[in-house]
Amino acid sequence: MSTMTFGRAINSGLRRAMERDSKVVLIGEDIGMLGGVFRITDELQKDFGAHRVIDAPLAESAILGTAVGMAYRGYRPVCEIQFDGFIYPAFNQIVSQVAKLHYRTRGRVKMPLTIRVPFGGGIGAAEHHSESPEAYFLHTPGLRVVSVSNPQDAFLMIQQAIACDDPVLFFEPKRRYHTKGEVDEEAGLDGYPMEQARVEVSGDDATLVTYGPLVQVAREAAEAARGDGISLEVIDLRSLSPIDFGTVEASVRKTGRLVVAHEAARTGGLGAELAASITERCFYHLEHAPERITGFDIPYPPAKMEQHHLPNLDRILDGVDRVLDRRNSLGGGEGY
Amino acid sequence: MSLHAMGPVPQEDLIQLLAPDGSRTAGSGFDEWIEDVDGAALQGLYEDMVVVRRLDQEATALQRQGELALWPPLLGQEAAQIGSGRALRKDDFVFSSYRENGVAYCRGVGYADMLRVWRGNAPSGWDPYAVNMATPQVIIGAQTLHATGYAMATKFDGADSVAVSYFGDGATSQGDSNEAMVFAASFQAPVIFFCQNNQWAISEPVRLQAQRDIADRAPGFGIPSVRVDGNDVLACLAVTRQALDRARGGGGPTFIEAVTYRMGPHTTADDPSRYRDPNELEDWKGRDPIDRLGRLLEAEGLLGAEVSERVRAAADRAAGELREACVSMPEPGELEVFDNVYATPHAVLAGQRRDYQRYLASFEAAPGGAS
Repeated sequence: MSTMTFGRAINSGLRRAMERDSKVVLIGEDIGMLGGVFRITDELQKDFGAHRVIDAPLAESAILGTAVGMAYRGYRPVCEIQFDGFIYPAFNQIVSQVAKLHYRTRGRVKMPLTIRVPFGGGIGAAEHHSESPEAYFLHTPGLRVVSVSNPQDAFLMIQQAIACDDPVLFFEPKRRYHTKGEVDEEAGLDGYPMEQARVEVSGDDATLVTYGPLVQVAREAAEAARGDGISLEVIDLRSLSPIDFGTVEASVRKTGRLVVAHEAARTGGLGAELAASITERCFYHLEHAPERITGFDIPYPPAKMEQHHLPNLDRILDGVDRVLDRRNSLGGGEGY
Repeated sequence: MSLHAMGPVPQEDLIQLLAPDGSRTAGSGFDEWIEDVDGAALQGLYEDMVVVRRLDQEATALQRQGELALWPPLLGQEAAQIGSGRALRKDDFVFSSYRENGVAYCRGVGYADMLRVWRGNAPSGWDPYAVNMATPQVIIGAQTLHATGYAMATKFDGADSVAVSYFGDGATSQGDSNEAMVFAASFQAPVIFFCQNNQWAISEPVRLQAQRDIADRAPGFGIPSVRVDGNDVLACLAVTRQALDRARGGGGPTFIEAVTYRMGPHTTADDPSRYRDPNELEDWKGRDPIDRLGRLLEAEGLLGAEVSERVRAAADRAAGELREACVSMPEPGELEVFDNVYATPHAVLAGQRRDYQRYLASFEAAPGGAS
C-alpha cells in the first residue's frame, strides 16, 4: 500500500494499462508535454512516446471521431475531455457513433474507448468548467458510465474501464484530485468489479446514495447524523450505467428510506431514475417517498454563487430529516 | 435579390482523360497512372459500371414494390465510385456514406448485405473486416474522422495501407469534415478524402455549401487537392491511384473533388421536380459516365455484339441475384433487438430482455391466446 493523491492514482492506473497493452493510446488536449491541465497524464508521453500519448488539435468531436477510427483498427483509445463543459462538441460522435457501432455492426466492431471527464464543481472555476453532464450519457444505450470517489477506485477502475470491450464514460471528480488515500498498486483487474456499488458506511435508519465528489460529503453527513442518533447507510454507486439496483434495493429493504444526492440538475437526472426504480422494486418496504438532494435546474452558477447550488452536508442532512419525518426545512413531523 | 450567392457550377479545369464524346483527352498529366489499363481492363470498368447501375435500378424497383423501405440511388455517379473503388488494394479501408454502393460492389459486399439495412432487417449490412469497408454512415461527414483516426493508427502500425473516406458536397459544410482535415494534415495521416460533388444535398445546390470550388479548401489545411471529372472513370482511377501512392509513401492525405451529378433523387423518398430544373438533368445526360466509356470502347472495337451481350447478361444476373437476396432474407427474431447493444453483459438491459420475453410468452399462455 502507498499513499497517493487521487490524480496520481489515475496516472498510475493509466501507466499500468499502457504497460499491459500496447494498443492503449491516450489522446486529448495538452496531455503530452504539459501532462494535462490537471497533470493526470504527467510523464506518460515522455515514457511511452508521442504516438501513444497524443496531443490533439483543439477539436473534441475529432478527438472522439479519430478514436473511433483507431478502435476500428484494434486500438483502445483513452480520450481526455479537458473539462466537463467541453464534451458537448463531441456529443454527436459519442452518442451516434461510439455508443452505437457495436450494435450497428452486429457485434463485429468493438468500441473499447474510455472517455475521461473531469467533472463537477466546487473549485471556483470559470463558466463551462464545473458541470455534471452524466445524465446525458446514462440515457444513451451502448455506453457504460462510471464515477470514482477515492484513489483506490480511481487506480483500479480506470484500468477496468480501459480493459472493458464497451465504451466507458469515466467521470473524475476534479475537486478531489488532490485528496490523498491509500492505494494498493498490486490490486489486479479482477478486484472489486467496476459495475458494482459499494456500501461505504453501514446503517439502519436511511439509505443515502451518491457517487463521485459527494461520496466524501455523504460520509461526513453519516458521521454528523450519528451524533444525532441517526444511523445512515451510505452507498457509493460507482457505476451509473448500469446502476447496481440490487445493492441499493437490499439497503432500502432494510432502512425503508432513500435519499439520493448528486451535483447534476434534478429533472431527468440519475436521482429520478434511482427513485423510480427503487420505488418499483420495493414499494412496500418504503416508509417515505425517496428524496432527491441535487443541484438546481439552473446553468452552473458563477464561482461566488456555487455554494448555493451544490448539495452540501446540511442540505443532505435536511433530506435525511425529510425521509425520517423529522423537523426539516419544509416542515416535517415530530420525530421518528 | 437572392439570400444566397448562386450561380452555375464551373466545369473548367477538371482533370479529364476521357471526354464526353469518348475521345481521350490529352495533357492532363495523369496518363502515366493508367498506362496499364488495357482493352480488357477498360471492358472490366465498363461492365462494373453497367452492373452497378443495373443493381441500383433493381434496388429502386424493389423499393417501389414495397420490398425495401428506402434506397439512395447512385445513378450518375458510377464512374466516380468504380474508378476510385477499383484503384484500392484489399488492405485499404473504406469509410463511406450511404450512397457508395458502387464502392461496396468493388469491395465484394454481398447483395443481401447491401440491402439488409434498407429492408429494415438489421442495423447493419456487412462485416466491415470481411471487406475492409465500414458499414455506411448516415450522420453526414462523421466518417471523415473515422477514416482519419484509422489512418493515424495505420501509421502507428507502420503499415502502408490507406483509409479512404467518401462523402458528398453537403458534408463539406460539417464541422467533422473540417476537423478531419486538420487532424489528417497535422498527423500526416495516410487518408484520402474523396468528395463526390454531385451538385445537390437533397434540395440544396452546392453553391449553398461552397462559394468556391470545394477542392480549393484543402490547400488551406495543408492538404493537396485535385478537381477531377467525376463522370470520367479513367480520370477517377488515375487521381485515386496517385493519392494512394502518395499516402503509401508517407506523403500524407489528399483531397479529391470528383465533380459529378446525382441524376436521380436523394433517396426514393425524395422528389427533385420540386427544386430542380429538368434541363439540368438533360445537360448532364450528355456527360453520362457509362455512355462515355462505351463510345471509347466502340471506337476501339472493344464493344462488339459478344461483349455487349456478356455485359448485359452479367447485369441481368446481378439484378436477379439482388432481388432473390432481398425477398429471401430471413425476418429478424423478436428478441434480436436486444443483441449487441453491449459487448459484455449488462444487468439492467438483461432484465428488460427477460421481462419482454415474459411479456411475449404471456400471449401464448393466456387462455384463447395465440398458440
